[in-house]
Amino acid sequence: MQRRVIFDNKALPYLLLTPQVAVTLIFFIWPAAQAIWQSVHLQDAFGLRAQFVWFENFEAVLTDPNYLDTLWITVIFCAAVTLLSLGAALLLAVLADSKIKGAGAYKTLLIWPYALAPAVAAVLWMFIFNPEIGVLGRALNNLGYAWDYRLNDTQALTMVVLAASWKQVSYNFIFFLAGLQAIPRSVLEAASIDGASASRRFWTIIFPLLSPTTFFLLVVNIVYAFFETFGTIHALTHGGPGKATETLIFRVYQDGVVNHDLGASSAQSVILMVIVIGLTAIQFRFVERKVHYS
Amino acid sequence: MTPKRNSGERNSGERTSSGALANLLPHAILILGVLVFAFPIYMTLIGSTWDAATIGRGNLPLTPGGELLTNYNAAWNETQGTRILHTRVRIMMWNSLVMALVIALGKIAISILSAYAVAFFRFPLRMVFFWLIFITLMLPVEVRIIPTYEVVANLGLIDTYAGLTIPLIASATATLLFRQFFLTIPDELVEAAKIDGAGAVRFFVDVVLPLSRTNIAALFVILFIYGWNQYLWPLLVTNSADMETVVIGITKMIGNGEAATDWNVIMATTVLAMLPPVAVVVLMQRWFVKGLVDSEK
Repeated sequence: MQRRVIFDNKALPYLLLTPQVAVTLIFFIWPAAQAIWQSVHLQDAFGLRAQFVWFENFEAVLTDPNYLDTLWITVIFCAAVTLLSLGAALLLAVLADSKIKGAGAYKTLLIWPYALAPAVAAVLWMFIFNPEIGVLGRALNNLGYAWDYRLNDTQALTMVVLAASWKQVSYNFIFFLAGLQAIPRSVLEAASIDGASASRRFWTIIFPLLSPTTFFLLVVNIVYAFFETFGTIHALTHGGPGKATETLIFRVYQDGVVNHDLGASSAQSVILMVIVIGLTAIQFRFVERKVHYS
Repeated sequence: MTPKRNSGERNSGERTSSGALANLLPHAILILGVLVFAFPIYMTLIGSTWDAATIGRGNLPLTPGGELLTNYNAAWNETQGTRILHTRVRIMMWNSLVMALVIALGKIAISILSAYAVAFFRFPLRMVFFWLIFITLMLPVEVRIIPTYEVVANLGLIDTYAGLTIPLIASATATLLFRQFFLTIPDELVEAAKIDGAGAVRFFVDVVLPLSRTNIAALFVILFIYGWNQYLWPLLVTNSADMETVVIGITKMIGNGEAATDWNVIMATTVLAMLPPVAVVVLMQRWFVKGLVDSEK
């Protein structure tokens, strides 16, 4: 798409693009190319010599049972965070959208957690669920449930899932609310007059009409769970106990920054790149369709 | 409060269209939702008003204590608690503020310029540049972590504000948003400006910038929060204590999360770290919702 009326300076557009393109080339394209180059080379410990090794790095990563465990944990983590935060947000949005008193106040009280950093959300949860000092962590133990997310794998994963979902609900809530407000009132009122119950109205009218929003949020939430929860995990469990809460992003940080394993880290980076490209493609195909139909 | 228990019976409750339950249930669920969000914050506030020993024994009451001023003063001005060393929170807050402002304003500035170029000019390689910017969407820091660090190290930007911010200020989202908006500016307006003898620069300053005010404000809110909440990048490019941002500072103070640490100071720091982004969301709520919904279109 292009405007009909345009300016015809020769040099100015390039000048205007320079800062953005410079940052993109230096800090995005060049490093990404480097990651791809490194992923098919094997470097010695000092980075002086490199040997082209085809897909050996990928083979090493993808046949490492630890990596496959991490992949599995990531899948469970993403699915849990996405379902939990979408479900809770949808329920709250449907209720806040109905004509009840104080809907505006509820909205304000439900959207502000968006402002919290994922790592800060983790700290808040840690302070409550710490088995020694947390109010609820101690309560669980006093009730006879052996709660210590620092030692128990399942409990650790539950903690990071809850902290990550908790922070994401408000984002989904805002989008569901916007989606709900776009549904014509007349349709709902007609159904209501025809005697459709609230749950029937929800499943036969609201939910289908909301599906573009839901699908968009599904992709965004998977991306969030994948990439933006590094802070949550780093602050809460450091990937532990053992590797119980290590996701693919945490692993690429561990291997690259902490363990300095360049080949493995860049092969993992390239794998992640493929995943993001896939997710972005899905997202934009869908956006294009939405624009087309509306 | 008994209504809480009814949350599992949502459908049956809604079917009794006229009963008191049907009116109470939505409120009950919404209040429960609000409480789930507020409770962790409330406990953090409470934690920041007691002394470390009370918290460390696991006896934190549910009501405020009397150590509020001591704790916040210790966090803001001092570097040493009873068990931990930390950067003064006022320094970390300053670093976070600089990072958030430079990232937000930088992204807006370079994006509005490139969107203007792409929307209002026709020139060779226009679409190449457009796709080049678009591609950054697919390359988050996480997928190019080591090489980006190397570039920043080679440029001597480790432990500098420039290193902390510039690699993050390319923005496909903001560019797409501005471009979308620029395409809605009527051709007649551009023609009128050209007839009046205004050039591209003049038109940008006198017409496009004022028209973009709402979009800029909305984007600023989103990007300020994005900048303030950065985690992985500051963790990588800052080593010195003086360059620490407050979100990183908190997790460094916590360390392994021992019971016997200065939780009072940590909680005071956490409250301070939450304050600016939460204030921006609450005070600029309308722009915030607009910015969020628009930038994802």
